[in-house]
Amino acid sequence: MMKDKVQHLFDEPACQKNQANSEKERRTGCSKPLTPGAAAGGCAFDGAKIALQPVTDVAHLVHGPLACEGNSWDNRGSGSSGPMLWRTSFTTDLAEIDIVMGQGERKLYKAIREIATRYRPPAIFVYSTCVTALVGDDIDAVCRHASEKYGLPVIPINAPGFVGSKNFGNKLAGEALFGHVMGTVEPDDAGPTDINVLGEFNLSGEFWMVKPLFERLGIRIRASIPGDARYADIAAAHTARVNMVVCSTALVTLARKMQERWGIPFFEGSFYGISDTSEALRNTAALLVEQGVAPSLLDRAEALIAEQEASALARLAPYRERLAGKRVLLNTGGVKSWSVVSALMEVGMEIVGTSVKKSTPEDKDRIRALMHDDPHMFEAMAPRDLYKLLAAGEADIMLSGGRTQFIALKAKVPWLDINQERHNAYAGYDGMVELVRQIDLAIHNPVWEEVRAAAPWDDAGQLTAAHSESAGEGDPSKEPAASAYVARHRKKFADTRVDNTDPNFLAHHRKKFAGAAGDDMGEC
Amino acid sequence: MTKVTAIQKAASINPLKSSQPLGAAFAFLGVEGAMPLFHGGQGCTSFALVLFVRHFKETIPLQTTALDEVATILGGADHLEEALLNLKARANPKLIGVCTTALVETRGEDFAGDIALIKQRRACELAGTEIVLVQTPDFDGAIEEGWSKAVTALIDNLVAPEAAPATAPARTDFDQINILPGWHLTVADLELLRETVEAFGLTPNIVPDISGSLDGTVPDRWIPTTYGGTPVDSIRSLGSAAHTIAIGEHMRRPAQRLSEISGVPFTLFESLSSLASVDIFVTLLAQLSGRPVPPKIRRRRRQLEDALLDGHFFFSGKRIAIAAEPDQLYALATFVTGLGAEVVVAVTTTPNSPVLTKVPAQEVRVGDLGDFEDLATGAACDLLVSHSHGRQASERLGVPLMRVGFPIFDRLGSQHRRTILYEGVRDLVFEVANVFQAHPHVHTSEELDPFRERGDYHDRHTQIAHH
Repeated sequence: MMKDKVQHLFDEPACQKNQANSEKERRTGCSKPLTPGAAAGGCAFDGAKIALQPVTDVAHLVHGPLACEGNSWDNRGSGSSGPMLWRTSFTTDLAEIDIVMGQGERKLYKAIREIATRYRPPAIFVYSTCVTALVGDDIDAVCRHASEKYGLPVIPINAPGFVGSKNFGNKLAGEALFGHVMGTVEPDDAGPTDINVLGEFNLSGEFWMVKPLFERLGIRIRASIPGDARYADIAAAHTARVNMVVCSTALVTLARKMQERWGIPFFEGSFYGISDTSEALRNTAALLVEQGVAPSLLDRAEALIAEQEASALARLAPYRERLAGKRVLLNTGGVKSWSVVSALMEVGMEIVGTSVKKSTPEDKDRIRALMHDDPHMFEAMAPRDLYKLLAAGEADIMLSGGRTQFIALKAKVPWLDINQERHNAYAGYDGMVELVRQIDLAIHNPVWEEVRAAAPWDDAGQLTAAHSESAGEGDPSKEPAASAYVARHRKKFADTRVDNTDPNFLAHHRKKFAGAAGDDMGEC
Repeated sequence: MTKVTAIQKAASINPLKSSQPLGAAFAFLGVEGAMPLFHGGQGCTSFALVLFVRHFKETIPLQTTALDEVATILGGADHLEEALLNLKARANPKLIGVCTTALVETRGEDFAGDIALIKQRRACELAGTEIVLVQTPDFDGAIEEGWSKAVTALIDNLVAPEAAPATAPARTDFDQINILPGWHLTVADLELLRETVEAFGLTPNIVPDISGSLDGTVPDRWIPTTYGGTPVDSIRSLGSAAHTIAIGEHMRRPAQRLSEISGVPFTLFESLSSLASVDIFVTLLAQLSGRPVPPKIRRRRRQLEDALLDGHFFFSGKRIAIAAEPDQLYALATFVTGLGAEVVVAVTTTPNSPVLTKVPAQEVRVGDLGDFEDLATGAACDLLVSHSHGRQASERLGVPLMRVGFPIFDRLGSQHRRTILYEGVRDLVFEVANVFQAHPHVHTSEELDPFRERGDYHDRHTQIAHH
């Protein structure tokens, strides 16, 4: 059953990357086989959990031994406008005896009861994991029974880690929403301008930078999935008139299925970058008009876009002087490999490279269009090569996810997190201004000058020439303890004085030590 | 050059200062077998004493000449004499540090003359006890000045002039290095300084040394004076060192005085709370000792580099308000701006220190915690830095407070926090970063709304390097 599902999900006609593949490639699926010993990234459970966890009012119960949830909980900063239950961690924490004796299903059932009675959430999501899938716990059946018994939706999320990659887990999460949640609630306020945003995680609350733009146009967000979503909104998501897919590879399948079942048209877009945000507003308006909304929406959208773009560009302008010519290395992939590029180019920054590891052929086309003369695209770069490039000073800053953070830091190169663990909100027009501001702060942080200065001694701890020359000729350690020695010492330090507000102090200091006359300490 | 603005109002609201005699007594507490004596009213002493006890959680030897009505009118010399004799008889201290207060200074007596007479008249009774006078009226200065004057007085009274060969038999001990620490260095800082100097085979002579006396050890018997601290004989031997290292601008006076008396050259570090200044310090030790930098110290430097790299994210663009005595203000302000933060409010106690003009801020206000709170209110701060009395402002403003300096009475262990050298700077990076992490800024939908009123926190482009 799982095998069919896997095959079915891999064959995604709406996936641009998949479309570019040959018939044979399409059958083998988009996810590359994992290489033992050289794999990075999370499992399918991880992907499913990430994709659903920001649903704020749901209890997320992980059925498995401790590690799956215990080692991963409370690791992301999605914003919630209300319920905080999503941050509470629930797991069945299976013990050896539970597994040996086949007590897993019973424990799961009890756990659901405890959560249902104590927290009374609108729904419980139950995640299977490798061990419980392996021993054959039937979580679908347990969820069904518990749901009837306790009178709330208990949704099985079948995405045990071994079935595939994190990205595949995202898809399975979408499947669960499609199969068990959407369409189960008929809202009494469905309107002609309702839309869903799929794949938006509301990291650091950044969707709140965009949502008011839609509202200004009279467009209502029925459900933003999963960021700041509530169960009832997802359950009623089938009444929306348009879907926007943000993190395309994660939930594009869900969008296609919604189109097939409920006739909701969708488009892919992004809120990263000024032109992308404008494009998202424009496309939403266009699709709504196709759905029967009055065409004046298009004009209002254009007016808003013009106003917002002008405002954002005006706020970016002061950074031009400070950032023009600074070299950026983008090591992220996917949509972000190009979506932030235009904003960075707007302030005159130079893109010295962008990773296209997770990018589609269309992503690559857009990169080429943006950086016509020399696109500097690279596939994944080995940490050693990346370090070498950064240490050689070929970039002034790297933008990437947390995994390559320390490569940049150890190479003493500024780094900014633009992936999911970050704390800053970068969506929409304001978000791009904030991104540029953060880049400015990172590049101009005085710490770089400080940490890049070499220690005043060599690997053996001997002062380097610039520092030891002041001790006069010869090796001071061989000097006998004689009055001449001390006299020289005294003379030597007579003029020294520390003024460490001056970043060039060390250089001055060396000069002073070399025998120049002091200025303000003549008496000592 | 930073603008230093003087006090602009009559009523001090929530004082930032501790008084000058407290600073002087603080220095005497770093001398072994010492007994600070306030020449003034009983309250002068007891308030200072209580503040010391609240900060250090220790018994603090601190006595008073307990001027009464009559002495206040007719003169306090009798009380001073009686106090000295009583102290000698009851505690037999090796040194009595007489700190004058506002009361007696307002009367304006000849204290030095009084003490000279008492010493002459009571030579037998007072034999074996040094009496050092420092004039520290409460109406002037603050801790820094008091501390600096007391250390200068110790040097003036105890260090024999270079020209007197009889009292200075061995001219120079090539391995001895004098350390004159500012008052804002902690017990842990002094221990670190000692270990670092010793690592080069040099012998540090730290004056005063609170690391032996205020470090919270439990002695096995009752001792009425300070226990630990710099021995009086070590202060006498200051003149035979190869070099003096003074830490903090307010230690220039004693260092200069010592060099005038005995010819020992000095190096002044305005701060040792930055990588660059510690590099210079370590280089100096390597040159003085002629030895390579030990592996342990080299490793600490690398650890600090990493701490700076990991920690700078939390400082970038942060707006910080600091209220502290001049040298501590300077050290902390250069520290946080060195990691990319901005000092938007800088308040200090006294206007006289030349280091104030170098504080990396638009303006340094001489004032109190009331000014601090007012300025911080309009400045959208992310962090307040002050002593424990800053907690009220912190509560009212909803901005976290990092406690530094004196007094810290609502947290334990402030004496064992390191703030200087590679280890101390590393600790500071972590401490500040952890305050920020403990108080994360959680975005709200109102604050991120693109149609909100502009000109608020999120949009500010001000963090444009001033330094």
